Amino acid sequence: MTNYWPLAGILIVVVGFALRFNPLLVVVVAAIATGLLGGLDFVAVIESLGKAFNDNRYISVTWIILPVIGLLERYGLQQRARGLIESMHGATMGKLLVVYLGFRQITAAIGMKDIGGHPQAVRPLVSPMAEAAAEKSHGDLPDEEREKVKAMSAATDNVGLFFGEDIFFAIASILLIQGVFESAGYPLTPLQLSVWAIPTAICAFFIHGGRILAFDRRLGQLSAAPKEEAGQ
Amino acid sequence: MITYEWLYILAGLFFLAWSLLSVLDTSNSKRWGNAAFWGLLAASFLFGSHLSDFGNGVLVLAMVGIAGIGGLGRSNPETTSLEERFNFSQLFGNKLFVPALIVPITAVAGTLLYNYTPFGETGLFEERRETLILFGIGVLFALVAAMIWLKPPALAAAEEGRRLLDSIGWAAILPQMLAALGAVFALAGVGDIIGGIAGSIIPEGSVLLTVIIFALGMALFTMIMGNAFAAFPVMAAAIGIPLLVEDYGGNPAVIGAVGMLAGFCGTLMTPMAANFNIVPAALLELKDQNGVIRQQIGTAIPLWVCNVVIIYVGAFLLWN
Repeated sequence: MTNYWPLAGILIVVVGFALRFNPLLVVVVAAIATGLLGGLDFVAVIESLGKAFNDNRYISVTWIILPVIGLLERYGLQQRARGLIESMHGATMGKLLVVYLGFRQITAAIGMKDIGGHPQAVRPLVSPMAEAAAEKSHGDLPDEEREKVKAMSAATDNVGLFFGEDIFFAIASILLIQGVFESAGYPLTPLQLSVWAIPTAICAFFIHGGRILAFDRRLGQLSAAPKEEAGQ
Repeated sequence: MITYEWLYILAGLFFLAWSLLSVLDTSNSKRWGNAAFWGLLAASFLFGSHLSDFGNGVLVLAMVGIAGIGGLGRSNPETTSLEERFNFSQLFGNKLFVPALIVPITAVAGTLLYNYTPFGETGLFEERRETLILFGIGVLFALVAAMIWLKPPALAAAEEGRRLLDSIGWAAILPQMLAALGAVFALAGVGDIIGGIAGSIIPEGSVLLTVIIFALGMALFTMIMGNAFAAFPVMAAAIGIPLLVEDYGGNPAVIGAVGMLAGFCGTLMTPMAANFNIVPAALLELKDQNGVIRQQIGTAIPLWVCNVVIIYVGAFLLWN
């Protein structure tokens, strides 16, 4: 009979996130509950949590970029990014984000997934540029729509990365797939796997690109609507 | 040889500086909470390799305790006004992009050089760790270049970094905490249980339904774990390999590659993938913590359907 109790940790995460408790607290409570229900004693749970946190420190190393970004923002990086877009003829938010999507997919596909990313590219460059381009075509945006433009900039970075990187054969996820199939008796080459990331990458470009352009058009209708009313 | 340990010491010093600056920031009513939180993170980076597992665990509990009682507050270090920033941007022009580009260029060009030229034979960097180490070196280059060129006040770089860090707050360590949760889940056997459940609900004889359940399992389990890497071995062992490849004779390369991408669609829809979904919401100062996820759902769902079709057509219709 399988012991299903460790799944209670998943429930704690789902409920805790839904009720908007502090996520760090939710995660630790879920980890302790899962460990205890999985048969570990309390000290062993704390030890495994401590070891795993320590082993994953490399994830948080990336914050050392913040002084560089902060310093450049102090001297007008975001304003410069906006200025560049304002000076371009025919720049729209739709075109800008679709170009960024393609750029992110192609660079990730040739192994350059570290170009881009949220702290180093989206916050200082892509998001202010998208905002400036949206304002240029649609005038001042209501706060709610401005938030959506920023969120769409971050979303575009994610989609471009996820559905580009697997075309590059020397990436962790391809090596993981290869390892899993090899240990099951199916030797595959990384290249055999990575070519099959291409159809999904093309679908991702058209689906997300189409949504970006639709979003830009919707903003246009939104800004056009009040003017018509005023004319009546 | 340069190893991750060097990076940890570098990061530890950064967080130590932020902790000390937090103590001195009398304008922030929660300055002691901030100082303790970033101080503990600094301790983890500087001494974590020498502490016992239990010691590291207690350190984690202390950090979570501070965040859990709302002990962190946003700081507001002295900075330039919007008008000054606009004037600076006119003065410095497009050259402002140069220091920002130093970091990715160092990381990417350095990695390529290290892997494809004799530079790699020097063994300068710990194996397979070169990209993140080069990222750290790029940060140092960019900082030095910006300081020489812009001549900011002595503490400006540290204070501007602290402003951004405090706007992210506790979310800065959420990705690392979630990775730790994944390790505990694995230890408690959560993956095997999920795989068992997924394997037991398969209707017999229908290839398309089996493909759908495989892809759905990848997406849902990725949403739970926040990471397709944790979901893949479980779903491949439960459904992908025994049923799709062995019973139904599907193409293993398509099932593996596109199955993983079905998992990535799950990554777009979960707050558990904090570094992609929650951290950017904090960085962009969105009011809605789930704002980025909301913009991604409309892409993730149709793309997941595409992945099901690609597996069905590529691994079965075209292959057999």
